[in-house]
Amino acid sequence: MTPPTPSAATPLEVIDESVEKSPSPSTPKGNESRSPGRLAWKRFRRDRTGVISAYIVIFFFVIAIAAPLIAKLYGKDPYTTYASQRPELLNAFSYPAGPNGGMSSEFWFGIEPQLGRDVFTFLLYAIRTSLGIAVAATILTTVVGVVIGVTAGYLGGRTDYLVGRIIDIVLSFPSTLFFIAFMPVIYGIFVAADDDVPTWLRATAMIILMAAFGWASIARLLRGQVLGLREREFVEAAKVTGASPMRIVFKELLPNLATPIIIQSTLMLPAFVTAEAGLAFLGVGMIDPTPDWGVMIQRGAQFYTEDLTFMLFPGLSMVIFVLAFNLLGDSVRDALDPKSKR
Amino acid sequence: MSNAKPLLNVSGLTKHFPVKGGFPIRRTVGAVQAVDGLDFQVGEGESLGLVGESGCGKSTTGRLITRLLEPTGGKIEYRGQDITHAGRAQLAPIRSEIQMIFQDPYASLNPRQTVGKIVSGPMEINDINPAGGREARVRELLEIVGLNPEHFNRFPHEFSGGQRQRIGVARALALNPKLIVADEPVSALDVSIQAQVVNLLQKVQQELGIAFVFIAHDLAIVRHFSQRVAVMYLGKIMEIADRDDLYNNPRHPYTRALLSAVPEVTVDDIPRERIRLQGDVPSPINPPSGCRFRTRCWKATDKCASEAPPLVEVEGNKPGHLTACHYPETADSVPAPRLSKDPQAAA
Repeated sequence: MTPPTPSAATPLEVIDESVEKSPSPSTPKGNESRSPGRLAWKRFRRDRTGVISAYIVIFFFVIAIAAPLIAKLYGKDPYTTYASQRPELLNAFSYPAGPNGGMSSEFWFGIEPQLGRDVFTFLLYAIRTSLGIAVAATILTTVVGVVIGVTAGYLGGRTDYLVGRIIDIVLSFPSTLFFIAFMPVIYGIFVAADDDVPTWLRATAMIILMAAFGWASIARLLRGQVLGLREREFVEAAKVTGASPMRIVFKELLPNLATPIIIQSTLMLPAFVTAEAGLAFLGVGMIDPTPDWGVMIQRGAQFYTEDLTFMLFPGLSMVIFVLAFNLLGDSVRDALDPKSKR
Repeated sequence: MSNAKPLLNVSGLTKHFPVKGGFPIRRTVGAVQAVDGLDFQVGEGESLGLVGESGCGKSTTGRLITRLLEPTGGKIEYRGQDITHAGRAQLAPIRSEIQMIFQDPYASLNPRQTVGKIVSGPMEINDINPAGGREARVRELLEIVGLNPEHFNRFPHEFSGGQRQRIGVARALALNPKLIVADEPVSALDVSIQAQVVNLLQKVQQELGIAFVFIAHDLAIVRHFSQRVAVMYLGKIMEIADRDDLYNNPRHPYTRALLSAVPEVTVDDIPRERIRLQGDVPSPINPPSGCRFRTRCWKATDKCASEAPPLVEVEGNKPGHLTACHYPETADSVPAPRLSKDPQAAA
């Protein structure tokens, strides 16, 4: 099979040329490299659902970030009770006097029943609060999950076993019940009984508690991925050249974990948005004077028989956002990991 | 034929993988004796072939030499320095001299790194700054292994299997090693590509004077590539000799059986005697007593079961030809292979 051919180097080069030509047609510039990231971006751009969802999601983030600016141009803020200065805005039963929840050129999305706040700015700030909490919780959860998962997978042995059992316990916890039961306890620790709970404490407590329950799933996923990756030959190749564990984790493992990390966190964020709203609705998250999606829906639920418009805006906007973000997450997954497409 | 001062000296090398079991407290209930007492030397610039069936411990041996695995026992000496249990810091100066080429070119390159990064990675880790910069060195290396040096910023998925294996070779060469452990470097490639890669390795070996431990299960490739060949069976070396000596004058029955199994294109009418081994390779968890090959050997006697044959220069061997057998074959001994039953199957 292998007759010694000392001059094999020459014909061999010719064969290489022909093989090298093969990737060229799709890359017009010969030396343009097609990195895995660029290929994923190309796949993503072809996915129309994903692109539209991305625009919707970006739109929500832009208005959340620009909320103060928009409110300034619009000339109102979410805290002023406009009805107390202008009683004609509400009727005798404290419902908006105008049709469609008081929608007008002045109050674009109408005004709130009873207190008479401006729904448009209230919604803007509500999106801002909710997205801020959800993004912070997602980032914290991802960081904690990645650190614990990669550590457990890379070290293996006892550490892995211990972390695995902790993950089992955390995942079996009824987290919603825990939130409802524990939030007052946490507030009690930091705030005297008759003081108001400051908003920053509510937000921080929510972020930390959501991360405390969220890290386990991503850690478990990454642990499995690392277990598979660390036996791969390119990791052994790095070890043979004397690479430090740090270098192996950061240069060899983490770049290959980017895909599951991105996919997990894009699917986690909308879940946190709904969770945060749900908690606010139940009264353990943000509470009334603070604009928040959950708070708005909770208020809306009190009046929906008389004034549906007030509930419609936060409800619809949240459905659109969560749907778009979930579709975006699916598209991101399909783009990064084409094999997972059914 | 080892040189006066071997580059690599392995003696009594042993690796047992513990088998865990039991509930609720897991404990070691046995050991897979993957490698059990290997002795061999590799001289400067010499190529030692390591052949044997699947599961005989070839790859484990390769990983022990590169210290990807911790040996259970024995000794590995590199240039007289004991590296058997050396830590990462102690190994650091030697790391650049012992490199490895892996079997699967699809798993051995990080899919997230460009070829340039993959090949310059070893230089980065060992803080080597060649004259003219690392990039120039990468281009030079790619040229040596027969790849277009302009492709250094491409990703592995843009290359074919043979090209990827060349990248693996370039990475191994990046540190100017003295010894390369090649773990079945061509068995994952198409047959048409195998010859190219083997020729490349041969060119590298001859031009750069790098010693090789060449692990393969393909006897023809080993014969082509290695000056000395060791035959392994169930974690032990059965026979080790110079290439021509081993192929022309196999003394161990197992070597003989292996060689007779190589398919050969002949125009002769006389079909070659083919030795068919009966049964399977015994489990390395519970290997046979005495000679490990005795359960499948047509010559086995009680002595083989009670006494493990030492790896020695048996009578009639050329110097450097070591055989571990009580009843070595001779050139004219008629192989009596067609056994009807498995002799002494029960230990």
